[in-house]
Amino acid sequence: MEITREDLKHLADLSNFSLPEEEMDSLQNDLDGIVKYISELSELNTDGVEPTYQVFEMDNVWRDDEIKAQDANREELLDLTVEEKENQIKVPKVL
Amino acid sequence: MKIANKNVTATMLVNDALKKAEFFKDYNIFTSLYKDAALKKAAEIDEKIKNGEPVGRLAGVPFAAKDNFLVKDTITTASAHILEPFKAPITSTVVEQLGKEGAIMIGKVNLDAFAHGSSTENSYFGPTLNAFDKTRVAGGSSGGSAVAVALDVVEFATGSDTGGSIRQPASFNGVYGLKPTYGATSRYGVVSMASSLDVNGFFTKTPEDMDLLMSICAHRDEKDLTTLPDFYEETSAKPVKTVGVVKDFDNDAVDPEIRAALKAKCEELKKKGIDIIELDMPTLKYALAVYYIIQPAEVASNLSRYDGIRYGFRSENSTNLDDLYGNTRNEGFMKENKRRIMIGNFVLSSGFYDAYFLKAAKARTLLIEEYKKAFEKCDVILAPVSPNPAFKLGEKVNDPVAMYMEDIMSVSINLAGIPGLAIPAGKTESGLPIGLQVLGPRRSDKTIIKFAEEIK
Repeated sequence: MEITREDLKHLADLSNFSLPEEEMDSLQNDLDGIVKYISELSELNTDGVEPTYQVFEMDNVWRDDEIKAQDANREELLDLTVEEKENQIKVPKVL
Repeated sequence: MKIANKNVTATMLVNDALKKAEFFKDYNIFTSLYKDAALKKAAEIDEKIKNGEPVGRLAGVPFAAKDNFLVKDTITTASAHILEPFKAPITSTVVEQLGKEGAIMIGKVNLDAFAHGSSTENSYFGPTLNAFDKTRVAGGSSGGSAVAVALDVVEFATGSDTGGSIRQPASFNGVYGLKPTYGATSRYGVVSMASSLDVNGFFTKTPEDMDLLMSICAHRDEKDLTTLPDFYEETSAKPVKTVGVVKDFDNDAVDPEIRAALKAKCEELKKKGIDIIELDMPTLKYALAVYYIIQPAEVASNLSRYDGIRYGFRSENSTNLDDLYGNTRNEGFMKENKRRIMIGNFVLSSGFYDAYFLKAAKARTLLIEEYKKAFEKCDVILAPVSPNPAFKLGEKVNDPVAMYMEDIMSVSINLAGIPGLAIPAGKTESGLPIGLQVLGPRRSDKTIIKFAEEIK
């Protein structure tokens, strides 16, 4: 598996990075090296093995649908944004 | 650790810590200091002591928090440009637990941005220097925490460990560093990296201090439903009769002085009547590849929240929303953040998911089984933490695969969810600390801490 320039652009797109051209060479080289390394895993036989996605040996934890702790209020959260107008977060035009 | 009383006041302890923080400024340990708030809290504690009112188990003890722990109304950076400026609206449970016992946070300490790294060189604020040699790295990602404790600026520090981020810097700076059992400590209010691997722990100068901190912090937290029901205080340490050493870690890739330190420790243990057995763990050599698939996949998902909209840095040069996302994320993330997010999106993307992500999830099952089998034969495992002592600044920072190799012996326990405690194990001929790690089955945190106490 080799990471091509096309792959890199696709991955930048999936990652939402506006990558400048001058960063692409080194990132392509880095990702290519990393993918080569992780590809070594293909040697390991995993036939018939169930995957593990988490190591928390408990089942789903249910709780009542009620708010017990709300550490931050609306104003405090809105304070964190760069631009706010009438209790809404302001962003540049969408289209 | 020194706890405030009528003779040693909290104000004295805090002033002393602040003075040392200033004295060691050139090590680049702190991202921020909270002098006024710390002195105010110290005065309150001293007043309580004077009046004979009860104070907590950590009364007046100065500590530092890794700068990915949120503390209400203070700046949390995660040493990342993209969070600048972020004034935390909440306090992390761990910091709250420590505060309730009277511990005093004097400041926040440096890390690799978003805890991505093994040297603290990926910090937006520059690297932290090793406590024993300023030309070498502190280790990472919790480099600031390790050096703050090693230079005796504070009595203890918090850290987070996703693949070795507590144990490796602890071993590079000659202090104790605990990565608890997955789920033992709360992660509420700590910046997420890879959610199936992240655990919060501590750096201390003694195993006894580690025991105290775990008694205080290893509790179920209603605000983090991935915390385990309380077990730490309820369990008693199991006597260690058999120690396993992993044959697959004893090879030329590991520095001869580290291998010698492990052998010397084993000889000491034998003299105490402890049996040493060799373990065959053939899947371990794949653990690093498994980790560098699963961890970036979870990173890509967790870090998608940094979009410049709700909080943190927002790029100024965007005329529409799409550009705003792309520019903010491009300008705000460090190079290593970008590598991990892109690799994560690669292993999760259609066409590659089965060969990488699913394959790694299956290999993870094999690793867990391998550890389970190992702990049927021994009580704890003793292993090196990293293949080498602290390396030179700049040596590996531009070679991601070489940097990842640093984690080769530390990542498997995060994948398995088991605890590991880095312990000091002497020094190299050139005076650099060597660390070893004691590993145990899930919920054996107390056993490994008490064992470290016994073999000091």
